Amino acid sequence: MLEIKDLSVWYGGINAVKGISLSIKRGEIVTLIGANGAGKSSAIRAVAGLVKPRGSIVYTDKDGKDIELVGKAPEAMVKLGIALSPEGRKILPHLTVEENLLLGAYTLDDRAVVAENLEHAYALFPRLKERRSQTGGTLSGGEQQMLAVARAMMSNPDLLMLDEPSLGLAPILVDEVFKRITDINKEGRTILLVEQNAFAALRIAHKAYVLEVGNITLEGTGHDLLNNDKVREAYLGG
Amino acid sequence: MGASAGDKTLRNRALTIGSLIVFAAFLWWAEEGVDAYKVRIINLIAINAILGLSLNLIYGMAGMFSLGHAGFMAIGAYVSAILILSPDQKLAMWILDPIAPWLLDVQSPFLVSLIAAGAIAAVFGCIVSIPVLRLGGDYLGIATLGFSEIIRILITNFTPITNGPLGLKGIPPHASLLMSYGVLAVLLFCMVRLMNSNFGNVLRAVRDDEIAAKVMGIDTFKIRVLAFTLGCFGGGVGGALMGNLITTIDPKMFMITQTYSLLMIVVIGGLGSITGSVIGAVLVTTMLEWLRFVEDPITIGSLYIPGIPGMRMVIFSMLLIAVIIFRREGIMGMREFSWGWLLRDNARVNANDAK
Repeated sequence: MLEIKDLSVWYGGINAVKGISLSIKRGEIVTLIGANGAGKSSAIRAVAGLVKPRGSIVYTDKDGKDIELVGKAPEAMVKLGIALSPEGRKILPHLTVEENLLLGAYTLDDRAVVAENLEHAYALFPRLKERRSQTGGTLSGGEQQMLAVARAMMSNPDLLMLDEPSLGLAPILVDEVFKRITDINKEGRTILLVEQNAFAALRIAHKAYVLEVGNITLEGTGHDLLNNDKVREAYLGG
Repeated sequence: MGASAGDKTLRNRALTIGSLIVFAAFLWWAEEGVDAYKVRIINLIAINAILGLSLNLIYGMAGMFSLGHAGFMAIGAYVSAILILSPDQKLAMWILDPIAPWLLDVQSPFLVSLIAAGAIAAVFGCIVSIPVLRLGGDYLGIATLGFSEIIRILITNFTPITNGPLGLKGIPPHASLLMSYGVLAVLLFCMVRLMNSNFGNVLRAVRDDEIAAKVMGIDTFKIRVLAFTLGCFGGGVGGALMGNLITTIDPKMFMITQTYSLLMIVVIGGLGSITGSVIGAVLVTTMLEWLRFVEDPITIGSLYIPGIPGMRMVIFSMLLIAVIIFRREGIMGMREFSWGWLLRDNARVNANDAK
């Protein structure tokens, strides 16, 4: 569904991603793990159109058509069925939970579809339904993260990309959020997950890539990498 | 009590319509019943509210720091004035250069000129915004300030169209109290509807978090250009009304100080609050008039202080600094007036009185 070839991202003179290639099959959970500054976020931001990369990103939509994503604007990606839940959640603090969610469906014109997606988002995260008229800024960290994921789901994406969904969350909430990610995957949606919390990410991933200073140094199934000595030593605390 | 939500909306609507009728009756009476000076200040409040609201749409609601509003006001004022002056007046007034022949016989009713003023200011706003909105923050302020000055200098020098530095005189005084407040009411209605719609939330999203807006599929640049253009429309209409109130316009009216007083209205009232801009317009307009006494010569006992022109602006600057230090969000912050808020407040006060 997503074929990334020789992707590199530059910020001025700094080369954050140095020509990585990876492929994602429909229905998989794929994770990119790595330390701070490894280029994980840059890679996912390139797919979302937030930064202009070099190389090629070919996306196969649900009708089987291949589309080159490099050079497309972020809003075009959403229409193609790619949604990003950005790093740091990016909840709009002055808007209510429901208004935040409805903005997630900005690209959809059909009110009935929007209402359906809203019900679905509430079904995934019942807590958000309880908090629907509270403003985003008054939510706890865990609730904000749920809102960020739910908001990305509002455009009914085929490919859901999550940038550091565990950031700043207590372990019990990390479990909760990752359980929901698995649920979303079971609906048939493909997931690209960028994580520092390698243990949590590898446990649910079908396929995983390890990124180190802009290069992919290891790849394999989530299970393989969990048992890989190098990964255990570097990311899982031995 | 125990009124249902439907009853409350009905009640609020009745209250709104009722107070509008009372206010309109007051204006109708005030037009003849109070002296001309006070009528003019009441009128100026409405026009400043229109201008403040349109700047608030750009700065407060869409988060674009613009210092160019005086320029768009100038466009509106000139468009409206040229459209409603009679050919005879034009022939008599253009003495430096003869008026451009295609403009001489153009004449339209006041309301048409008002819409044309807004529309042409909006076209200029749209054209200007496309390059400058690529800038952010303070740079945007500097660029829009530059454009505002360019517009003013073009008006000073395009004598065949604008009569240059001499300005335009004898503009028919169409901006009656009912006219100014009527335009304000229409604008308020549109702004409230706009900000309560999904588009209002889209604007807030673009202002608060550009990345969040983009990943939700919002074309942030397009939304900014649209908000800027709409704000310039309001600026043009406000400028046109201003010209019709004062009945003479010249390029010096539209200097940066004009933008500053609008900025004061928006900041004191509260960035992003419609109610705030109206309150700000009332306060700033009346204070600017009331403070004139500090510019008169003052005698305290045997001490004689000669009048210092511009003294009220000094006091105003100090007030603005105080607002920025002690109440940065302005009077209203981002809150809005509502009947529910007002009545609940009263209920609480009554309960306290009863104790």
